[in-house]
Amino acid sequence: MNLLVAQLPFEPVTAILVIPGVAALLLALLPGYKLTARLNVFATFLTFLAALSLLVVRPANGTYLFVDDLNVVFVVLGTFVGFTTSAFSASYIEHEIEIGRLTPAHLRFYHAMYQALMFAMNLGLLANNIGLMWVAIELATLTTVLMVGIYRTPEALEAAWKYFILGSVGIALALFGTILVYMAARPVVGEGHDAMVWTTLIERAKDFSPELLNVAFVFLMLGYGTKVGLAPLHAWLPDAHAEGPTPISAVLSGLLLNVALYAVLRFKMLLAANPAAIAPGPLMVTLGLVSLIFAGFMLYRRRDIKRLFAYSSIEHMGLITFAFGMGGPLANFAGLLHMTMHSLTKSAIFFTVGHISQVKGTQKLSEIRGLTESHPLLGWGLVLGVVAIAGLPPLGIFMSEFLIVSSTFAREPLLALPLVFGLLIALGALFLRLTDVAFGKPTGSAAPIKASRLPLIAHLSLVLAAGIYLPGPLVAWFQNVARLLG
Amino acid sequence: MATFDLDTAHMLAGGMVLVSFMLLYQDRMFSLLNVFALHAFVLSLSVAWQAYIQNAPHLYVTAAIALVLKAIIIPVALHRVVVQLGIHRTIETVGGIGTTMLLGIGLVALSMVVMLRAAAQADPLAREDLALALSVVLLGLLMMVTRRNAVSQIVGFMSLENGLILAAAGAKGMPLVVEISVAFSVLVAFIVIGVFLFRIRERFDSVDVQALDEYRGERR
Repeated sequence: MNLLVAQLPFEPVTAILVIPGVAALLLALLPGYKLTARLNVFATFLTFLAALSLLVVRPANGTYLFVDDLNVVFVVLGTFVGFTTSAFSASYIEHEIEIGRLTPAHLRFYHAMYQALMFAMNLGLLANNIGLMWVAIELATLTTVLMVGIYRTPEALEAAWKYFILGSVGIALALFGTILVYMAARPVVGEGHDAMVWTTLIERAKDFSPELLNVAFVFLMLGYGTKVGLAPLHAWLPDAHAEGPTPISAVLSGLLLNVALYAVLRFKMLLAANPAAIAPGPLMVTLGLVSLIFAGFMLYRRRDIKRLFAYSSIEHMGLITFAFGMGGPLANFAGLLHMTMHSLTKSAIFFTVGHISQVKGTQKLSEIRGLTESHPLLGWGLVLGVVAIAGLPPLGIFMSEFLIVSSTFAREPLLALPLVFGLLIALGALFLRLTDVAFGKPTGSAAPIKASRLPLIAHLSLVLAAGIYLPGPLVAWFQNVARLLG
Repeated sequence: MATFDLDTAHMLAGGMVLVSFMLLYQDRMFSLLNVFALHAFVLSLSVAWQAYIQNAPHLYVTAAIALVLKAIIIPVALHRVVVQLGIHRTIETVGGIGTTMLLGIGLVALSMVVMLRAAAQADPLAREDLALALSVVLLGLLMMVTRRNAVSQIVGFMSLENGLILAAAGAKGMPLVVEISVAFSVLVAFIVIGVFLFRIRERFDSVDVQALDEYRGERR
């Protein structure tokens, strides 16, 4: 392994952070959207390659950055979705420029922010310092706030303002929790930087004051939970998804929610390492179930296609939080798998939805009809995506949902009832909406659109492949991470 | 001497809680901004005192940043914004002042009960500092909930941040975070003033956040 490290021409961890950082600067300066859109794709592709190299080489833990089996999963998934979304974004913005919704000046800003977001998310995932992790997640929030408001319509401003206020309050609560963790660690680890280093904290956590840890976790759970989009702290999420550019909706659902969840998981591990602290599970299970059922009902009343899928994201983040809250090797495994599948599927759905709303000129569900007839690729892509997200076999989400439900039945049968109920009402809502949108008599414009097929096909075929056959090394990796999560 | 150090630290942190209460009942925009400047001023005093008793010179920097940016530049900038937007009338609040104050008292009691018990093993300086900081945070949240105007919501948020900085300064030896949180709060202020207030005004002819609610994407 060490030989391999020496042979690599770069240090992967540095590359993952430096590439988006440099790209953000370049993209802020360069004119011409065709060139910059390509450069954006190229930079995210390089970042993805650097992330892939982490699968084979494992750099030593630093005091600020570190790599372990858990965050590699998040980094690889995140950089992959970041890469495919940038490819989708290139064709999406071309259309936006043509219809004059965005100007080249906006785009310079948009691309720079996209890379800044990638930088912030990778930094948050790789940080070995709980303060640094907080800073990165705050940075990610601010960049997305600016991107959500980029259209400057009243709706976009309203969404961005709401996101900004709720996100900032969430992140402020998380900072208070972080300070409390430091206070708990200080008497044991000693003053200064060491008491914020994650790898030190987890080793010494058994001696921390349990009372302080308990209070800290409540703040961290609520703070980062706001960013995960858990009900009742979810209010920013549908607006931010619906009013911003669609690539941002894809990145929000596919990446940013995961990064916030990652932060929650890290602190859950910290609490689990202290025998006297409260069990973090029940809190996560409750918030997860509430989100799942609440979002399931909210799906029925949606009239906007992007809002529909935003509520579906709340539902799935609730389900994933529930799985991790249950804990144990099987539920954790299912949670990880579900998170991966949800990221891939939901961003694929947003790829189709982005093109659909562009060609139809509306996001209203009632004005979109018969897509499979007018735009077969988009229509069937959406059908496949919705079938996947609703959890039907043979796609990947069916497998992870099946694992979550069966492990819940085995351990807490009573909890399984509301869980299955939530899944079923969500399924009903999604199909109710889907039949109108995908089938029936086509309405609106039937003009062909230059859609980017590759990201959509790549995501959906990965989800399909995972539903049919999970490769052995991946299973072993996830099982290992599931054990780490406790 | 040790008790004098402690008492002064508590007095300054308690002063911040008091000013937070003052923020709650301001009903004019300019006086709200003035009280916020006072809030930030007490914060910088408090942080400077922590720097002195902890022998932590880096906290003096934090105190200086808080003084210059949060007590002078941001209030002045907001003052100008308020004048330019012509919104220096009275502020609409949700619920009466009396109810809000009572709720505030309840929140302070809550944070005392929670933090003093949870941090029982920590040293008294940090313990009470944390409890008071949490009170400031919760009062800031309360203020954000009870105000409808975008400017006063932001003032509420920045007073909440002041509470966080107080907590971070009280956590002995906590590296960098204080500086970073101050830097971020300044960044946030610039985003708000530069990006939001003017655009919201431009689109809505008002910075009353209720006007924004009309534009929820699904209402049309």
